[in-house]
Amino acid sequence: MNFKRIWAISSKEFIQIKRDPRSLGLALVIPVFLLLIFGYGLSLDIDRVPTVIWDQDASSQLTRDFLLNFKLSKYFKIVRYTDNYRDIDNLIDRNKVLMALVVPKDFSHYLESKKTAPLQLLVDGSDSNTATIAMGYARSVVQKYNADLLTESFAEAGFRPSKTVNLRSRVWFNMGLNSRWYIVPGVISMIIMIIAALLTSICIAREWERGTMEQLISTPVKPQELIIGKFIPYFTIGFFDLSVGVFMARVLFGVPFRGSYFLLIILSALFLTGALSQGILISAGARTQLLASQLATLSTFIPTTLLSGFIYPIFNMPKFVQAVTYLIPARYYISILRGLFLKGNGIQVMWNEAVFLLLFAIIMFSLAIRKFRKKGV
Amino acid sequence: MITIKASGLTRKFGDNTAVNKLNLEIEEGEIFGLVGPDGAGKSTTMRLLTGILEPTEGEGWVYEKHIVKQAEALKENIAYMSQRFGLYEDLTVLENIRFYADVFCVPKEKRDAVIEKLLGFSGLIPFKQRLAGKLSGGMKQKLGLSCALIHTPKVLFLDEPTNGVDPVSRRDFWEILYDLLKERVTILYSTSYLDEAERCRRVGLIHKGSLLKCDTPDNIKKECSARTLEEAFIRIINDYESRSAKQ
Repeated sequence: MNFKRIWAISSKEFIQIKRDPRSLGLALVIPVFLLLIFGYGLSLDIDRVPTVIWDQDASSQLTRDFLLNFKLSKYFKIVRYTDNYRDIDNLIDRNKVLMALVVPKDFSHYLESKKTAPLQLLVDGSDSNTATIAMGYARSVVQKYNADLLTESFAEAGFRPSKTVNLRSRVWFNMGLNSRWYIVPGVISMIIMIIAALLTSICIAREWERGTMEQLISTPVKPQELIIGKFIPYFTIGFFDLSVGVFMARVLFGVPFRGSYFLLIILSALFLTGALSQGILISAGARTQLLASQLATLSTFIPTTLLSGFIYPIFNMPKFVQAVTYLIPARYYISILRGLFLKGNGIQVMWNEAVFLLLFAIIMFSLAIRKFRKKGV
Repeated sequence: MITIKASGLTRKFGDNTAVNKLNLEIEEGEIFGLVGPDGAGKSTTMRLLTGILEPTEGEGWVYEKHIVKQAEALKENIAYMSQRFGLYEDLTVLENIRFYADVFCVPKEKRDAVIEKLLGFSGLIPFKQRLAGKLSGGMKQKLGLSCALIHTPKVLFLDEPTNGVDPVSRRDFWEILYDLLKERVTILYSTSYLDEAERCRRVGLIHKGSLLKCDTPDNIKKECSARTLEEAFIRIINDYESRSAKQ
């Protein structure tokens, strides 16, 4: 291996990147763009569920007090009041509301005469997950109200409720249960994976496409020199993107960083090496920029978004799909990033993931060197 | 001394035989012209002999290095200019030539002097800072040759280097080649211009992957009792076609 050659290739590549506004834009602007879109746009928090209320018992103070519990909750947003089912149908059809609360005419009458009062909840179940969560919110409002009623009637009868359970939840790591804290580390890993694989696969495919590779392979340059030479500039870009990502996460989205920056750098370097090698491996098969970029996007974007636990929790997946996720390097990297950002994990709890990233880097790198052939077709 | 030797060199692309049992011996300091119609197998022959492409059958040696087993060692001694402009259009003239100097590990002390000499030869000094993509066709080819010569190769493979180049630049180009021949460099030169073939010491006519004729231009003309090389080649190709039609 000759360092002069490696450096010749790297500096050539740096000049080319500098002069190509497209790849420079891809490398530097897209990450910011993606972070903004995902950071602001993608929220998994379900609150302010749009709700319509039909209060058939509107004249009663008791009913109005009851409904206040919904109005004051941050989980519901009362969009409208209505007085017929047609309106409710219409609102649900047009996605204006997710649920409708119908209070029957004799609601307060039942309660006053110490009977169980019926209350109707209509939920749009098209998005089953959101519907389930919204129903849970409604149930807890009602349960709380019931408990209050119970306490009240005990008190009236001169009893003091004795045996009760008081659940005291303490949320660790993400006290505000802010889903953005969970998403942003995933976005960072997605950006690094895609940018690294895409840029390297394109930069080699471009050399085949433009005929410059034909010239280059007629020289004594060794495949590993060529690959490492191509690595250096994109490694730099990858780390730049990582810094931008961490900076935006901290400053813009207020995600805490509780772990060690040293670990962040080492483990990101492993992940980046694997991703860059994957790009080179792709371009060994695809010698046009179009094909290379499609393959790179397909082989990184889809697994990294769907199978890494970035958005969808892995433990929720069917067993077979769960098995597949073990092959997705982003899975380990995302878990490391979350550990570093939110939990302040050290290597003693993350060595498992670190070993997988190391394996990924070694396997991909050696495959890239083996598969990259200095031969024309 | 024989610097380029091919024996039974064959390359197939699927069912298509691009080069068919080619035998060739070229001596040191010789300029050998490879002529033939488009698609005859000239470029494939060049790519096989430079170790870029692997032969399906047969063997070859360049400067005593085997074209498959010692492909990488072979590349130290040779220079290859592909038919397509193979330099970086988004790099300047100087950046391109420096890149190739570093790839061939030309020592720093020597590098700048060699670059000056080569760019001086090819008249590219005033264009040092120009992007290669913004050069004219002739200048591009001269830059290609300068980059190819940066490591003072022993054997030079030029694949239609003057295609689409104006006559003045072509003359400049050949002057550089004559100087190289004085230094005992061996040149394999493919061309479709027969006036260029006349300038070669020997020419080989390649057609449908086979080498039909291989001799000095004068001998070929004499043998075919033709006045020009063009006439001779047309006769040889027609003979070949009618013979293969009979079979």
